[in-house]
Amino acid sequence: MMAEETLVLPHLELRRRTAERDRGLREKVMSLEEAASFVSDGDHVALGGCTMSRTPTAMIWALVRAKKKNLVVSRSIMSSEGEVLYGSGISNHVITSWFSQGIVWGVSKVMRHYTESGEARFDEWSHMSIGLRYRAGAMGIPYMPVRSMIGSGVNERLGDEVKEVICPFTDERLLALPALNPDVALIHVQRADAYGNAQLDGLQFMDIDIAMAANRVILTTEQIVSNDSIRRRPDHTRIPFFTVDAVVEVPYGSAPHECYGVYEPFFDHMDTLAEQTKKDPEAGIKKYLDDFYYGPSSWSGYLDLLGADAIVDASRRGRSIYND
Amino acid sequence: MTERKNYTASELLAVMSARILKDGQIVFAGVGIPLLAATLAQGVHAPGLTILFEGGVIGPFVVPGELPPSTNEQRCTRRANMVLPITDVLLLLQRGYIDVGFMGGAQIDRYGNLNSSYIGDPEKPAIRLPGTGGGNDISSLTQMIVAMKHEKRRFVNKVDFITSPGFIDGGSSRADSGLIAGGMFRVVTDLAILAFDDDTKEMKVLALHPGVDPDEVRDNTGFDITIPDNVGRTDPPQKNELAVLRNLDPERLYTA
Repeated sequence: MMAEETLVLPHLELRRRTAERDRGLREKVMSLEEAASFVSDGDHVALGGCTMSRTPTAMIWALVRAKKKNLVVSRSIMSSEGEVLYGSGISNHVITSWFSQGIVWGVSKVMRHYTESGEARFDEWSHMSIGLRYRAGAMGIPYMPVRSMIGSGVNERLGDEVKEVICPFTDERLLALPALNPDVALIHVQRADAYGNAQLDGLQFMDIDIAMAANRVILTTEQIVSNDSIRRRPDHTRIPFFTVDAVVEVPYGSAPHECYGVYEPFFDHMDTLAEQTKKDPEAGIKKYLDDFYYGPSSWSGYLDLLGADAIVDASRRGRSIYND
Repeated sequence: MTERKNYTASELLAVMSARILKDGQIVFAGVGIPLLAATLAQGVHAPGLTILFEGGVIGPFVVPGELPPSTNEQRCTRRANMVLPITDVLLLLQRGYIDVGFMGGAQIDRYGNLNSSYIGDPEKPAIRLPGTGGGNDISSLTQMIVAMKHEKRRFVNKVDFITSPGFIDGGSSRADSGLIAGGMFRVVTDLAILAFDDDTKEMKVLALHPGVDPDEVRDNTGFDITIPDNVGRTDPPQKNELAVLRNLDPERLYTA
């Protein structure tokens, strides 16, 4: 793939790929399995959300089941979905600023197992640097100057992927971050219409920049709503339809993580995963994949495994944000 | 006769950290002790202090007994003034709106550099830690307060890896490297409050906590640390401070 050849996609190539996309107002509703075909082996896949929030779990679930290979996956902060990427083998190269299940579970044993053995790569960038790389990609410029990471080991370890630049106006030394235009972005939202106009509630994380930067966007949504209802509140629309290539309705599409105002994280499920991967991380995550990823025949089957009690509990907690 | 301590080491950390924060400041806080301390400061002496979370939250209201598990989930947006994208909340650091960055630390060295990335050689680490998150951005761009347990294995002469820069190699090396703003301000531990020498930028003891002997600090620090003869003494945590703190964290999730 040409995208792997150069760190920053040449501007005209970026525009050429964008021009080739069908950007007309058209319906794009499809199944998870159909949407998975938008991801090719070797692609750079950016994930929306952050840590345990609005993770595109269902789409990752579909990519694992479709046995994708050699994906490079970036995200602001990675949680248990990073363990799924490593454990399933669909990606052995992640780019993020922080990677463990969540602060309360300590350092991820799965992340440690795969990175310390050298089986998988975890490129560490500062949180803002990841965000500014997506933003530069969204802005159509090749790099973004930043005042952080300078002088640190984080900067040093990135080698030629970052460069010191001198400001042409002030002569200050800054760090240039390469623009990141992912091949595909996976973003989960509360609601979208069939065209891909997406409204998201609560924390936005880096999702808007990711959508603007990417060459394809797969949107999963708790609910598909009418275009009329989108048009009644256009100020709530954060991602415009022409950046979106696929729309999939997936209730509880972020479970076991949260979707703002709809459900909170499934903490017991996360506890069990942490416990199960403690002693033998590889066997633990493989069993988890067998049980929850390969086992069920559909997404509803996955939700069955999570259990109605857990879903009701997570939903009650999720909705409580609007009852304060 | 020494009086029995009526507080835990973590409570001491939270109280001592809170006292450093000033009314009116804008504070970028991590979860755990930093958030507790910032909320305690709001309740005791700094009602106009504003907390920011890395997940994109300005001025959240922390509900007693419902401390958020991280800075990126819906619980940390309760009754906030604003939510905004992560990149934009972090850019406020670069713009200069943030007075204090406040976080915990896994490993720190004599020049205040923090490591949360690798234990051992980064090429073949003994332990791969979760990484910087926003730590590097915060420490690169604003004045820092770090709260951590005072242990020899955590206070090392030189960190294995600089995740979040302090004063790098001391002296003017931080500014020379291109980091012209911010820097380490205080390190608060369960034994002492530490600061950095104006010229050498080496860590030194500013004040010892009640009942702490200077040798206890030396024994728990992995490098020679300066403890001046006229070193200060902190006042023990007061009743009202502990009361506010225990109301915030009644189950002692962070203050056990």
